[in-house]
Amino acid sequence: MLKIEHVTKVFFPGTINEKVALEDINLTVNEGDVVCVIGSNGSGKSTLFNMIAGTFPVTSGTIKLKDRDITHQSEHKRAFEIGRIFQDPTKGTSANMSIQDNLILASKKGMRGLKFSLNSEKKEYFKELLEPIHLENRLEDNVGLLSGGQRQALTLLMATLSHPSLMLLDEHTAALDPVNAATVMDLTKHYIEKDKLTAMMVTHNMQFAIDYGNRLIMMDEGHIIFDIKGEDKKKLTVQTLVEMFRDIRKKEFASDETLLTDD
Amino acid sequence: MIEGIFVEGLIFSLMVLGILISYRILDLADLTCDGSYATGAAVATMCIVNGLGITVGLVLAFLVGILCGMVTSMIHTKLKIPGLLASILTMTMLYSINLRILGNRANVPIQRTVTTLYRIFPNAFPFLSTAFASLLGTLIIVLAVKVVMDLFFRTDLGLAIGALGGNEQVVISQGMNPSSLKLIGLGLSNGLIALSGGMLAQYQGFADANLGQGMVVQGLAAIMLGEFLFSSNRISLITLRAIFGAIIYKALMFFGRRYGYLIGITPNDFKLLTGILVIISLAIAKTRSAASDAGAKKKAILRTQQKGEENA
Repeated sequence: MLKIEHVTKVFFPGTINEKVALEDINLTVNEGDVVCVIGSNGSGKSTLFNMIAGTFPVTSGTIKLKDRDITHQSEHKRAFEIGRIFQDPTKGTSANMSIQDNLILASKKGMRGLKFSLNSEKKEYFKELLEPIHLENRLEDNVGLLSGGQRQALTLLMATLSHPSLMLLDEHTAALDPVNAATVMDLTKHYIEKDKLTAMMVTHNMQFAIDYGNRLIMMDEGHIIFDIKGEDKKKLTVQTLVEMFRDIRKKEFASDETLLTDD
Repeated sequence: MIEGIFVEGLIFSLMVLGILISYRILDLADLTCDGSYATGAAVATMCIVNGLGITVGLVLAFLVGILCGMVTSMIHTKLKIPGLLASILTMTMLYSINLRILGNRANVPIQRTVTTLYRIFPNAFPFLSTAFASLLGTLIIVLAVKVVMDLFFRTDLGLAIGALGGNEQVVISQGMNPSSLKLIGLGLSNGLIALSGGMLAQYQGFADANLGQGMVVQGLAAIMLGEFLFSSNRISLITLRAIFGAIIYKALMFFGRRYGYLIGITPNDFKLLTGILVIISLAIAKTRSAASDAGAKKKAILRTQQKGEENA
């Protein structure tokens, strides 16, 4: 469904700060795949997501979504098919608007007209939607009053509301405390299963990446160094992952964060 | 005399509503206003003086204002330069254009024999004195604009423009082009500003190429004065307090002009004082928002605790 071919991204080309963030990346994500993406800081995970979502243009290569070439499509056009959640909980919602206005905003993709979409029928529907995240009685409250966990849960709900073909979850629980992170992760699983979403998820938690999803990708210095699927993935342990990394890259996997997080 | 303050304040409030859209709703410091205000006055005056009528004059002023805002927005989004610089460019260019519209004169008077809004109002409300008739007429126009604006920001499009100011990413994620929304927002903002200029020209009986000088700061001062009155996130109350702020600002200026000499203040000092007023308002708003954040946090914790007890 998502087909990335020979994608390279160079930042600040021709200057002293030139940095090759992605080098000749090839990746095909099939419908229904849930792909966990791991790698140390600066390995290119976020750049890969930015390329898929269209935040920055690629230096070379093509990206296809549902057999359509989206390489040169702008970010807001791609947003019709791609839902994205950021690490920063404030990015996905509008703080100075009420929860119901945020949901109205998320009910549709594309340019708006002069219609009043908020009515009592919609409100009832929103209340139902908000029940799993326990915000059903706070429709009129400003989103700015919510905690980071609540905001991220709401962002998740808003992103799934339009049934995107592909969900990009960019360390979306990393800025939350452990309890909220667990709640939001449970909700993520709930929505992915309920709507049978295709998703890519960057995570710092190796154990989680091993346990969840049907595919695991590890990135290092702008390359996908391995891509493990199906049965092979089920046999993985953190130990074997670290050893595989050492064998392939001829260096130690240096990310305490990734190794130390276990819950 | 007191009616005069209200009429001036109400006309001024249309401009403040325009600045409210750019500064508060879009979160963009737009100086186009300093030019588009005089553009509105010039367009309306020339239409009226040349016999095209008041309605045509005001509608055209509004449309030309929209165009001014769109120019700023295009420079800002297409060339990717900061909105502030884009608006300074438009404002500067507008000065020459305004002189052109006025027929290469800096000042065009409206003769007493020509029909303007403020000569119609006394006839429309014969049961009132001239001053009160002007007040009532202006009030009706301002309230009509306010209601339409409130309704607009409740529509899907209005909500999207509202979301843009707080968080551009949200708008992009919903598949909308932020540049188009800025185009609409800045257009409407400057349309209102030009409309206000067109009304003022009729009230004071002339259009002047320098009319807009320092208008942004005055508008900001009015918005901030209004925000001291009450806090709200409802658009109808936000526009209402902006209108109140505009009237209060004009009243302050009136009393400054009348009694300022007692403490040695002349109208020459008003720009300085207005600037200081804005700075003080910003400083107070900073401390206030810190305090209300703390308050909101307390409330949220309390609510969660209550919920916890209910569940237990």
